[in-house]
Amino acid sequence: MTATQKTIPGEAAKAPVWRTVANQFLSRPLIVIFVLSIVVASLISPAFLSTRNVFNLLQQSSIIGIISIGMTFVILAAGIDLSVGSVAALGGMIVAILCQDQWPVALAIVAALAAGALLGLAMGSIVALTSVPSFVITLGGLVAIRGLTLLLTDGRPVFGVPEELKFLGAGFIGPVPVVGIIFILVTIAAAVFLRLTRAGRYLYAVGGNADAARLSGVPVMAVVAMTFVVCSTLAAFGGVLLTAWLEVGQPTASAGAELTAIAAVVLGGTSLFGGKGGVFGTFVAVILLSILSNILNLAGVSPYFQQITTGLVLVGTVLLNWFIARRAAPMA
Amino acid sequence: MTIEMQVPALAPTPAGPPLAELRNIYVAFGGVHAVEDVTVDLHAGEVVGLVGGNGAGKSTLIRVLSGAHTADSGEVLINGQRVEIRNPRDAKALGIETIYQTLALADNIDAAGNVFLGRELQSRLGSLDDAAMESATRNVMGRLNPRFRNFKTPVKSLSGGQRQSVAIARAVHFNAKILIMDEPTAALGPAETAQVRELVMQLKAEGIGIFLISHDIHDVYDLSDRISVMLQGKLVGTVRKERVTKDEVLAMIIMGKQPGDVTQSDLEELHG
Ligand SMILES: Nc1ncnc2c1ncn2[C@@H]1O[C@H](COP(=O)(O)OP(=O)(O)O)[C@@H](O)[C@H]1O
Ligand SMILES: [Mg+2]
Repeated sequence: MTATQKTIPGEAAKAPVWRTVANQFLSRPLIVIFVLSIVVASLISPAFLSTRNVFNLLQQSSIIGIISIGMTFVILAAGIDLSVGSVAALGGMIVAILCQDQWPVALAIVAALAAGALLGLAMGSIVALTSVPSFVITLGGLVAIRGLTLLLTDGRPVFGVPEELKFLGAGFIGPVPVVGIIFILVTIAAAVFLRLTRAGRYLYAVGGNADAARLSGVPVMAVVAMTFVVCSTLAAFGGVLLTAWLEVGQPTASAGAELTAIAAVVLGGTSLFGGKGGVFGTFVAVILLSILSNILNLAGVSPYFQQITTGLVLVGTVLLNWFIARRAAPMA
Repeated sequence: MTIEMQVPALAPTPAGPPLAELRNIYVAFGGVHAVEDVTVDLHAGEVVGLVGGNGAGKSTLIRVLSGAHTADSGEVLINGQRVEIRNPRDAKALGIETIYQTLALADNIDAAGNVFLGRELQSRLGSLDDAAMESATRNVMGRLNPRFRNFKTPVKSLSGGQRQSVAIARAVHFNAKILIMDEPTAALGPAETAQVRELVMQLKAEGIGIFLISHDIHDVYDLSDRISVMLQGKLVGTVRKERVTKDEVLAMIIMGKQPGDVTQSDLEELHG
């Protein structure tokens, strides 16, 4: 047992303001860093908070954001999915090729998502049925699925995207980018699923303690496989939207997306050990990563330096979380 | 004290097929024979104490009935009927509830979430009905541990006794017919232990059959109707409680001796 310092309501009321703020900071560093970065950005450039720039940020964040929401599912169940970049590229290629073959756009999208779901089911089932770490299985997926994607067209991009598809990727409703709306809807749907459904509850139980979940009657294997299906389907969807945005199916697209997605999930406060976190943290983290690169762009900083900064912010935030967890449980 | 009378190792049990019977169970882990050819049974309204030193195979045996793992061979019978228990779900469907030695709680989820884990209450729309689950949990807890207050926090932050209460609440809430309690008082203080003993008496009176497992005969002697003793994976024997003394059971646990075979020097050794 650890003698955790619990704040007693009466005590909190008496505490000085700075302490309340400090406690807030220590319980939610991500939100504080998020707000700080917005303040800094608007100080550097008044244009930062313009409607145009805000929606720009949303648009930039959306595709990697949708992929990161899927990654959150897998990580909540204590897994990892390294194949999302390759699955995204495959989804983007499938939709481009089928549209070129005059398939109806909706059907082409469904086919791309189905391919993602099937690959997720395959990788997820192997992870669930064996004790081989998901890291290894999806590393195989990363390589093999990229190969499959390149094989489809011998490595050539596929040009020409129908108008309806373009609208999904690059269209606007009023001033709002369509991908941004999709990203927000996906996040809300995921949050509702995690918070309000039985399967969502099971996901947390499995991520927290798979053995306890099994003994409680939770179908652990199905839950694990489900997370990979969700992740791969959303990755394929991200790829579809990227093709729609860029108006080209690129077999080499989204390379390295897995690392950005994992970074966003971790930055968003979801534990790599599973069972703790959620999609709103991921949403905020994805936008934060975009804001950071936006700030550095506005300040005219070299993109190489931007990578360094992103890496440092990631490690810094995670260390902060670790420090807070340690403070809360001094004996651990 | 000397033993005059030969005591039958297997006393007659109530009429009718037992509520539960584990027959000729074998379980091995790699080269370790954790359970070898063990047969035990349990009747409605009966408490069977399952005792033996650490590593004797008690938990492994009983986890076969819980569905936590399957036996390499042997049969499980419920009300005289052979049943397949492939997983914990199957066991629960048969009215078998278990308080595991490790408690098997989802640490990151609150008390109500744990009590209903795998059997969540849902609203008509199919969403989790957290309010109903919490109120039901408050009800059970009111009976088991009225001082329990932390309904909103993940069970990780609870004390050992409170966590035990959550595990017990989960086992008794679903109208078990067969209750397995694996070292249920290991993490408890004297007051909480007394509460659990009271609960065992109450559930027994309701006609529930209880396997009460402990490495310490003192934990189960008073409560048990019969006592089954295991040593190194094998069953030493099953005795009616009123026919044996604690010392005789101790000799079974430590030396594997049948009650009638205990000598004066054995007893001296036990107490030496
Ligand atoms: N999952 C497992 N894997 C390997 N060996 C195990 C496992 N569970 C139990 N054992 C071994 O089986 C034997 C019996 O253990 P257990 O049933 O836990 O005993 P008890 O509950 O009587 O203390 C011990 O030797 C133990 O080390
Ligand atoms: Mg044990």
